[in-house]
Amino acid sequence: MTNNELIGLKRSIDQVGVEERTARFQTRSIKNAAKIQGLKMALNMIDLTTLEGKDTEGKVRQMCYKAAHLHDALPDLPTVAAVCVYPNYVSTAVDALKGTGIKVASVATAFPSGNSSREIKLADTKIAVDSGADEVDMVISRGEFLSGNFSFVFDEIAAIKEACGKARLKVILETGELSTLDNVRHASDIAILAGADFIKTSTGKISPAATMPVSLVMLEAIRDHYYATGKMVGMKPAGGISKAKLALHYLVMVKETLGDAWLSNEWFRFGASSLANDVLMQLAKQAEGRYQGLDYFSKD
Amino acid sequence: MSRLEVLKTYKIYIGGQFPRTESGRFYPVELKNGTVTNICLSSRKDLRNAVVAARNAFEGWSSRAAFNRSQILYRIAEMLEGRKAQFVEELVAVGASRAAATKEVEVSIDRCVYFAGWCDKFTQAFGSVNPVPSSHFNFSVHEPTGVVTIIAPESPSLLGLVSCIMPVIAGGNTCVILASENSPHVAVTFAEVLNSSDVPGGVVNILTGKEDELAEHFSSHMDVNATIYCREKHLKRIQENGALNVKRVLNWAKYDWNKQGEDPYLLLETQEVKTTWHPIENIAGAKSGY
Repeated sequence: MTNNELIGLKRSIDQVGVEERTARFQTRSIKNAAKIQGLKMALNMIDLTTLEGKDTEGKVRQMCYKAAHLHDALPDLPTVAAVCVYPNYVSTAVDALKGTGIKVASVATAFPSGNSSREIKLADTKIAVDSGADEVDMVISRGEFLSGNFSFVFDEIAAIKEACGKARLKVILETGELSTLDNVRHASDIAILAGADFIKTSTGKISPAATMPVSLVMLEAIRDHYYATGKMVGMKPAGGISKAKLALHYLVMVKETLGDAWLSNEWFRFGASSLANDVLMQLAKQAEGRYQGLDYFSKD
Repeated sequence: MSRLEVLKTYKIYIGGQFPRTESGRFYPVELKNGTVTNICLSSRKDLRNAVVAARNAFEGWSSRAAFNRSQILYRIAEMLEGRKAQFVEELVAVGASRAAATKEVEVSIDRCVYFAGWCDKFTQAFGSVNPVPSSHFNFSVHEPTGVVTIIAPESPSLLGLVSCIMPVIAGGNTCVILASENSPHVAVTFAEVLNSSDVPGGVVNILTGKEDELAEHFSSHMDVNATIYCREKHLKRIQENGALNVKRVLNWAKYDWNKQGEDPYLLLETQEVKTTWHPIENIAGAKSGY
């Protein structure tokens, strides 16, 4: 699409309305059986993530073990949806997760800044896909987006999507750098039109990361696209969701914005590292009736 | 027209803030003059929030220089001294004689000073270098056990509270304490003293309410490392719960805080002794010279 066509997608978002709506998602009371179901669902939607400069093969293996054995003391626990690592650790993760059904996601395209040439970004993506990644998390070029070069962003996403082949593409908007909800909506629309399988809020390296208002705006972009074309796009809030209660609020938001069809890890994910243990502590609390301490859960 | 007196809302103290209980509940405490005060009836969720606050505060408080902790504890005494009259009035209001109330406040202030002094001295006094038959430098030092929950005695309401808190925080622990049920006013006012004494938020968290509701959760919470109990009713249950995560359960109901309490061994009760074997050259075999 041309830049002018993409500029034409711009629409304004009622920020006050969005904030009021998200505040109401947080007043729902979810107890007992529904809470346990919700917590297990949240666990099953987690992309267990390690994206540190100090990552090692050992760290990745440890996290993969955790992904498959969240807390063996509790029966009937699901696994997480995927693990998310840098491209050079994809083969390690693929090896460690063999037979578990857990997907391997890899960040790519000069994560987290996205400041590099198209060739390098494509090569980065290719390394991840060739090593066996099931999903690729790319970052958009926020600088180009903010300077109004929308067709650059669009073309880049489309090119990466092509390079992904069968792997599903998650497009990280890095909403913390987009300043306004109008920009978030615009970037969401561009990413969806360019072929994103998922849109994702943040890299986790910038504060603020995922917030409920930003996520709601993105969910509404997905909803509008679905109404217009009948095609589903996934959503992944990432960063800053570390408490089980907040995760439940997100699930309520997804259900009330998109409906039950999105309540599976095929269409909704949490990008998080410490969320899993908090959810596990809540599940253990429900099972045992007492508040839990982190000493009794494996490190993530 | 005469002026309307501005009365205080008694709230709880969690993480350096003064929230109301999340449950929205309260219970009445009648003062001697017939005035009824409404006190927060804290719930288990308040305890949960307080433990989170205490856990978050632990690293900063325990790694602070011992001398700095000492300064802060002394600062509590200074603030308490300045508010003496208010504490006396609050104790008199729930039935103490003026003389007894004054005495209780003064002893409480002195207790703060007493433990302020121990902060940077107990490891020297009670740590040790141990003789071992090998080439090791072997020494034992004390480290704080972690988050401590305390159910304070019903009376003395101020002195009991202060006597439990001071040895615990002097050693670098953080705590959550349930105040006296029928005389909780001084505990809330003491929270204001803590708040203006450079004690970081979360180091001391004060709840008001009923032990029948909270004793179970104070002792069964898996992120709590020790429980101090100063009453009698639930001792057995608390000891059983302590076994869940090998909490220390300390029965401090035995102390008469008016006569006892100035005792460094109280401080040691919430400390862990850590022994280090540090390999060295065979000093005994070494000769003089360079």
